[in-house]
Amino acid sequence: MTDEILRVDGLKAYYQMHYFGVQREVRAVDDVTMSIGRNEVYGIAGESSSGKTSFIKVLAAAVRPPLRVVSGSVNYDFRSGPINVAAATAAEVERVRWKSLSYIMQGSMSVLNPVRRIGQTFHDFAFRPLGLPREAFDRRVLDHLARLKLPADILRAYPHELSGGMRQRVTIGLATICHPEFIIADEPTTALDLVVQKEVLHLIRDIQAEMGASVVFVTHDMSVHANVTDRIGIFYAGRLVEEGPTRKMFFAPRHPYTAHLVASLPRIGDTAQRPSLDGRPPNLAAPPDGCRFHPRCPLAVDKCRIDVPPLVEVAPGQRSACWRWQDVQPLDRSVALAHGAVT
Amino acid sequence: MTALLDVRDVSKRFTLGGVFGRKTVHAVDGASLTLQTETPEIFTIIGESGSGKTTLARMILGLEDPTEGSILFQGQTVRRRMGKDERMRFMSSVQPVFQNPFEAFNPLRQIDRYLDSTARAFLGATDKTVIDAAMDDALQKVGLSLAEIRGRFPHELSGGQLQRVAIARALIPKPALLIADEPVSMVDASLRMSIVNLLKTLRDSFGVSVIYITHDLATAYYISDRIMIMQRGRIVEIGAARKVLETPEHPYSRLLKSSVLSTADAGAGQLAVDPTLLRAASDCIGRPGRLVSRPDGRAVMIHDA
Repeated sequence: MTDEILRVDGLKAYYQMHYFGVQREVRAVDDVTMSIGRNEVYGIAGESSSGKTSFIKVLAAAVRPPLRVVSGSVNYDFRSGPINVAAATAAEVERVRWKSLSYIMQGSMSVLNPVRRIGQTFHDFAFRPLGLPREAFDRRVLDHLARLKLPADILRAYPHELSGGMRQRVTIGLATICHPEFIIADEPTTALDLVVQKEVLHLIRDIQAEMGASVVFVTHDMSVHANVTDRIGIFYAGRLVEEGPTRKMFFAPRHPYTAHLVASLPRIGDTAQRPSLDGRPPNLAAPPDGCRFHPRCPLAVDKCRIDVPPLVEVAPGQRSACWRWQDVQPLDRSVALAHGAVT
Repeated sequence: MTALLDVRDVSKRFTLGGVFGRKTVHAVDGASLTLQTETPEIFTIIGESGSGKTTLARMILGLEDPTEGSILFQGQTVRRRMGKDERMRFMSSVQPVFQNPFEAFNPLRQIDRYLDSTARAFLGATDKTVIDAAMDDALQKVGLSLAEIRGRFPHELSGGQLQRVAIARALIPKPALLIADEPVSMVDASLRMSIVNLLKTLRDSFGVSVIYITHDLATAYYISDRIMIMQRGRIVEIGAARKVLETPEHPYSRLLKSSVLSTADAGAGQLAVDPTLLRAASDCIGRPGRLVSRPDGRAVMIHDA
């Protein structure tokens, strides 16, 4: 990709704890290198304790001890100038926060202040970064609400008076009012109903297309990834194990973990038995040697138990960290062929 | 012959507000369903939040009394006020698995103690080895083992692991009916199918019936025998799961099906919701109607014009 907005190089972020002379280290993000293009929706999938939350904490420049960036860089190329948030000072981060780098949070009930009206929350949040006079600011908020298809009178409402879907739209509104170039969305629709979820996802996609922002979309729900993202990166036990265009990841995965995630999705109209994977995600305080997926991997050989597989390009735009990527079977060859994902 | 569970025309109303602006909410409105003892099944309840599915589950568990109607479990009335012996007998056959495992467990209590006290209370065991064997047996069924759970506190496990412990705990008394409220919504993707498949195994190998409450239509289609779709406290469609989900008839059921995110066309970004479906579904709210049986065995709510 020629026009990158974010470039992550060899990022290692560990939780380092030091209690009573006992040192513990949890390698939550272990050597991740990737990049995200302008105007791209990049999906991050992974289960709990896969390091995805730690990773986006680094991306959002919200690293707090015991989490520490041990090595590597996180370079953004904003219009206001480049910044490496892994090494930036608080003041430098403050200059880009909300204006260039924004964040849509998970639980909309705990994000909004319950004793402030929505209008006051907008003021608390965006008045300073935008730096507009009061009247122009109010107009900007009203315009933005119209774009989110929210009625103007919700500015007078308290968070508890709104439904879950409305609240989530408000948090999206707060995150996007400054027209950021880069938005991190952390499980923004997990707590929502089916119908509302689809509407909110549609809204995020629309806003993203309209403003030309890049979005990192974190969720464990692969069906959301299928419909929202352009590219997907799969995290497993602190490492990026596969990355590629959404279509390819679904129809021609080249890592056994991705292949399992895709094959285990039940579909309406298909009654075939879905496989379940034995074992469980590894403990990051004591991860297995070699490839961290090998204890659960159906393709594992001796090499996988000793050597860590590098993330290598296996097809145009697709990278996989597996010694046996050539042996990973797409879930249905005829389907993959029909979609042009394999030849 | 008595049914395992017989819910007869049950309604639940909650009153909100005080002297001024009193408001009545119909959480459940005239719900009926029957589960048979001879044919264990996975019965799915689907609906939006606030559709009354959790209230219905709480009434079946005897945690809430219905305002109208009655619930019979193996011929005995289920109610909130039961004597200790009666309650213990009931709870040894009906066990819950709740939605959020972080709220279900006390953060200051080691989680194996929940399993331990369940084993003592329901199996009447006092011998340490018998209790440990029962705990380990239940944990093995959900893909864990006693060795890794013993002495751990809730914060040391992930949400998925905690939920599996909650299911293991419910399995200790060997219940006839398991009521699982959104059991997989907090569970990791690679472990989700193992829990869904586990529910299937419980039905097929151990004859446990499961009431599975969810809003995930795809897993509902995958495991359930029958399905019931609720909208604002009312059952709008009930019948064989595959028939109902393949050809939904009620406008709300159709809207739900159209909102399922499909992976068949990954990368294409199909996200638009058909506004006519949305309007048709919201038109049904509050309009009187009645369930009408169809020749294929399902019942659909038909609304008066």
